Parts: sequence; C-alpha cells; structure tokens
Amino acid sequence: MKTLIIIKREYLTRVKKKSFILLTLLIPILMIGLMGGSAYLTTNTISSKSIAIYNEKSTIEEVFTSTKNIDYTLLDVRPSTDEIHSLIKDGTYDAYLYIPDFNIHKETQLELLTHGEIGIEFEQRIFHAINDKVIALKMEEAGISSAKLSEIEKKTIKINAINTEGKSSNSEISLIIGYISGIVLYFFMLFYGMNVMSSVAEEKTNRIAEIIVSSVRPFQLMLGKIIGVALVGLTQFLIWAILLIGISIVLGISGLAGQADISQELLSSGQEMPINQEMIENIAQIISQVNWLHITLWFIFYFLGGYFLYAALFAAVGSLVNENAQEGQQYTIPITIPIILGFLIMTSTMQDPNNNIAVFGSIFPMTSPIVMMARIPYGVPTWQLLLSASLLIIGFIATTWLAAKIYRTGILMYGKKINFKELGRWIWKS
Amino acid sequence: MEDKIIEVINLKKHFSAHKAVDDISFSIPKGKIFGLLGPNGAGKSTLLRMITGINYPDEGQVLFDGKAFDTRIHHQRLGYMPEERGLYKKMKTGEQIIYLAQLKGLNKQEAVDATQYWFDRLGMHSWWDKKVEDLSKGMSQKLQFVSTVVHNPDLLILDEPFSGLDPVNASILKDEIFRLAEEEGKTIIFSTHRMEQVEEICDTIVLINLGKKILGGEVDAIKQNFKKHLFEISFDKTLQDLPANIFIIEKKENSLIYKLEENQNPNNILKFWIDKDYTILNYQEILPSLNEIFIELVQGTDSVARAFV
Repeated sequence: MKTLIIIKREYLTRVKKKSFILLTLLIPILMIGLMGGSAYLTTNTISSKSIAIYNEKSTIEEVFTSTKNIDYTLLDVRPSTDEIHSLIKDGTYDAYLYIPDFNIHKETQLELLTHGEIGIEFEQRIFHAINDKVIALKMEEAGISSAKLSEIEKKTIKINAINTEGKSSNSEISLIIGYISGIVLYFFMLFYGMNVMSSVAEEKTNRIAEIIVSSVRPFQLMLGKIIGVALVGLTQFLIWAILLIGISIVLGISGLAGQADISQELLSSGQEMPINQEMIENIAQIISQVNWLHITLWFIFYFLGGYFLYAALFAAVGSLVNENAQEGQQYTIPITIPIILGFLIMTSTMQDPNNNIAVFGSIFPMTSPIVMMARIPYGVPTWQLLLSASLLIIGFIATTWLAAKIYRTGILMYGKKINFKELGRWIWKS
Repeated sequence: MEDKIIEVINLKKHFSAHKAVDDISFSIPKGKIFGLLGPNGAGKSTLLRMITGINYPDEGQVLFDGKAFDTRIHHQRLGYMPEERGLYKKMKTGEQIIYLAQLKGLNKQEAVDATQYWFDRLGMHSWWDKKVEDLSKGMSQKLQFVSTVVHNPDLLILDEPFSGLDPVNASILKDEIFRLAEEEGKTIIFSTHRMEQVEEICDTIVLINLGKKILGGEVDAIKQNFKKHLFEISFDKTLQDLPANIFIIEKKENSLIYKLEENQNPNNILKFWIDKDYTILNYQEILPSLNEIFIELVQGTDSVARAFV
C-alpha cells in the first residue's frame, strides 16, 4: 500500500516533467533525423566534378552521359600533357581520363589524372561505367544483344527461408528488428538504471531518505522507485508505439493487410515516390509476416526483467554515493560492463543468430535481455527462451535481494568511503 | 508506576570497531518531554535511529508501549525529525506534506485535512504551492516540523530541533512542543548537545557520552543530586559582617556567594545576618547547570568529551 504511494509519486513527478514529454517526442525525431540525415549525407554530399575524357576509339563514348554529380566532357583533340596539367590545376576540370585504343580481352590500365585526391567514389563510378561497357561489348561479340543481356541479368529467384516450424523468416527484417530492439533495450537499461541511481543518490544527499525510512521500510522505498521508473519507461514505449502505428498508417507501411489499399492510394495520389508499388507490397507482406505480438510481449518481458535486474544494482550504487554524485561513477563500472558486453554479443548475432556465444549470452541473465531480443525475430528454440526467462527472473530477484541489503545501510551512511569488503559485510551480516 | 511509551533495554550498536551505542538502558514516560543529551558524536543519532526502527540494534531491544518495535504499527505512531533536515527540493510544500502524511498511513483526505490544519496553525498557507527550494531556511525548518507532526503521532522525536532557527521561529516551535506535550499528551524526545535548552524544556533526561549512558532521571532531581550547597545572597547595605563557618566563593560590596558543608543548616547562616539587622533582598541556592554536571562527570575519566558549543 505504501509502496503504491511511492510508485505513484515517482511515476508522476517524472511523467509530469517537461523534459520527459520533450524527450519522448524528440528521441524518435532525432532517431529518424539521424537515420535520414546519414542516408542523405552518403548520397548527397558528393560535390559535382567535371571530368575531361579523350577517347582514342569511339566505341565506348556513349558510356559517359553526364549525371548530377559528374560532368563528362569529351575532348575532340587529345591535349598535350602540359595543356591538360594546367587545365586541371586551374580547376577547369577535376580529372582527365585518357582512354587508349585497347583490347577489351586484355587487362588494361587506364590513367586518371587528378589534382590532389579525387575520392574513391569517383574512381569507382568511372571504373564501373567503363567496365560495364566492356562487358557489354564482349557480350555483343559473343552474340548476345543488350536486350538479351538485361533479360539474363534479371534476378528471377527469390529466397524464402522457412524454418522447421513452418514459419517463413526474413533475415534482413529480422536483423533490423532484432538490432533495434537490442539497442533500445541497451539504452533503456542504462538510461533508466542511471535515472534510478541518481534519484537514490539525490534522496540520500538531500537527507530525505532518513525521513522516508522512518515511515516505510527501505525496501519499499527502493522498490517503489524502481517500479515507478519502470512504468515511466513503459509509458514512453506506449507513446512511441502509438506514434509509430499512427505514422505507419499515414505512410501506409502498415503490416495490416487491409491497409495495403491506402498505401496504393497514397502512391497514386500524385507525389512521386522512389518506391514502386511492388516494393511497398513486399515490405508490407514481410512486415505482416513478422510475429509482432510475440516480439512485443517478449520485448516487454526482457525490458522489465533486464531493467529490474540492473535498476536494483543501480539503486544500490546510488545509495553508496556520498556528498557528490560523481562518486557513484566508480561503482557503476562493474554494472555497466556486463551491459556493454551484452551489446557486443548482440552485434555477433548479426553474422549468425545461433552462434555459441550468442546462445550463451541470450541465456545468461546479465546479458540475456539485449542478446535474446536480437535473436527472437529469427526464432529461438522454446527451451532456450524458457531457460533464459526463468534465469532472468531468478537473476533479478537475486540482484534485488542483494541491492536491498546494500541500499538499507547505504542510504543512511554518510561521510565514509565504502570499500567492497565493507559491502560484503553489509550483505552477509544481516 | 507511570506508563512508559518507550523502553530501551541494553541497546548496543557497533560500526566496525567503533561502539556507537554501548549498552544503554532507559525508559521514557508517556506525555513527558524527554531530553537526550550528549556532545556531538556521543551516539545520540544512532540511538534515535534505533528507537525509530530505522536501524536495528546489534543487541538489546526497544519496546514501544511494552511491545517489540513493529514498523507496521509503530511507524505511524512516531514522528521523526532527523538532525540533518531533508525534503524533496523540487516538490511543492503542500503536496510534499500530504505525500509524507500518506506514507505514515493517512488516507488522501485525512492527509489533506491534516496538512491544511497545520499550515493554518503556523501561518504557512501562502507557501502551499511554493517549491521547497524557494523557501528560506527558517521556512523550510518550519515545514520540516510540520512534516514530523502532520500525522498526529503519539511520540515525537526531534533531533536538534532548534538548530539554525531564528529566535522568533524557535519560540514558535518551542510553544508548539509544549502545547503538544501538555494539551495533547504527546511524548517528545528532544535530542540536543545544547544543555541549556534542555533545562527549560525537559522533564527527564538521559545524558550520554561516547556511546555510554552517564546519567539519567528527572532534571530537578539530578540538580539536587549534584548540588554544591552554594548560596547567593544580597543585602540592602554594604556587607561588613561574615559568619565564621562559611566558605566564601565570591564577595561583592553588598552580595555574596558562599558554600556550606552538606550537614550545615542554611537557616542558621541567614539568622546570623538577620540578627545583625541586615535586610535580605535576595537569597537563593545555586543549582549546577546540566553542562557543569556533565563536565564534572566526564572529567577525570579516560573518555575525553568533545567541547560543547
């Protein structure tokens, strides 16, 4: 009952803060912005270059059609070395490519004259442009027309991986979902764990703790705080889920089959999108194949389990802080290391979600929330899930028990640096 | 025998090698103002934390109304104001007191009513929506006091309640403490190192030093026990005659401080001056202050008391 009052206060004071509302709305915007921004940067930051070309043989002229980023100038007369050097130095051209009359069946080295570095991106483009043409020429020689070639090159096979339980899986989408869930869990455990820690440290340093524990047991105070903060986290997820569903309905990339029409309508309603209808349908189909309910439920479980496990430890650390909060940093290292380890193991699931380390990491309670979440979208054997889940429950009960012992003594202990030997005494003595 | 609200029996608490509380026993009568005295570091706060159930004793026990301390029953019956004050700085004052009252077991409505009662009583209503961090030090001390009494506890434990208070607020608080004890029958434990405060407030005291109880009982009885048979007298004219059997401590033109032997009758001395036709304007026995008693007690022992402020 008293714990409920504490939960309510911890929850409300956080949720009512302007910073909570701001962060909740800003984080998705920031993430989308970051993803969009980096995508934009990789495609659009290349400045336009002009390249002069002298071609001895005119067969591969047509390759060089100018694009937004590369402006090709075909020279009629081959420039002298001095001439082209000065043209490049004064910036008329960024590079000069001389294409000799070469045998397409022999290895040939073409020289690209530049002033300073031109960048691998341009080199690659030019390389591909010429190489594609050379291959086409060879094909023609072999009697294959370009129409035939594009027919040959068309990828007509698609892989639909189906696991033994008869569910079709999609590696890319699993990877993305798993990765995002893992990262979100990683940040949440750290972020909310730290939040619990600083809040405990604050109660200790401003001495309200002593007053509260004359009304409730220290364990109730600790638990109330941990649960209150967990609810704040869930609220944040809920808001994001609502936002996500809202946005995906608007964008029409919803997993719900019925929404496909809307997406088509949206597409045909004018705005030109670089995605065709088939792709949208594909994505929609893939998304609808993902077992969202399964993933969401496990996500909530691992969020709560992992959070409780670490929040209790963070609370214990907060209770050790003396006058300044920086002091807590040294104690957080033993806690943050397994979290970071979990994150590292998670990245290994990208190669193979069932590698030994990943399987171990997804069962060991200190790392399981992050690692298991990355594995779940691929499908995990039931026994592993159950083992991992029960170990996590045991794990958080154990850390809560441990933390309660430290916390009870720690919040009332002032002006004394506490070493690990002393901590051991607190744990085993009572 | 009068009712005891608290009985402390052979209480011990060690921190590593340091004995914070070393075998202390005493009891606190119901409805009285009880002083827990001792210099800084004597173990007062540790003792109070065990009485409030915050810390567990290593040995011995605390009985509340004759029963072992049980947080579920007794938390609600006591109000504790620790030496180091603390409130949530970012929380509004009204909200905060309501919250603390609820933690003591009051329901929402009771908590609101009690908070309003105390805010009215101490003229704090205009602070209701202010955050604690915006209050002055005196204001937040008053608020702290309200947080201690809001749930109408039977036992109030006040650790250095007047420290940092200006004289006006200190006297308001003192009046409230007296009123709670006398009119509402509350028991008050008043812990301090300022002995002179205790003499005017407390009925009974316990004096501790370095974790040990060195003295306990009613203030008046203690003073009688430690009295030095000193008397102060003043006359209407210049003092010229002195009785032979007194020990002069201090002599002024028309007043005198003197000491008698324990078996001497003070009236005989007075008679000496009356017979000599002196008019006695003032006559009283000088009782020792608790501070003097304390210093006398700890002097000559191995334990060196830290200086009193």
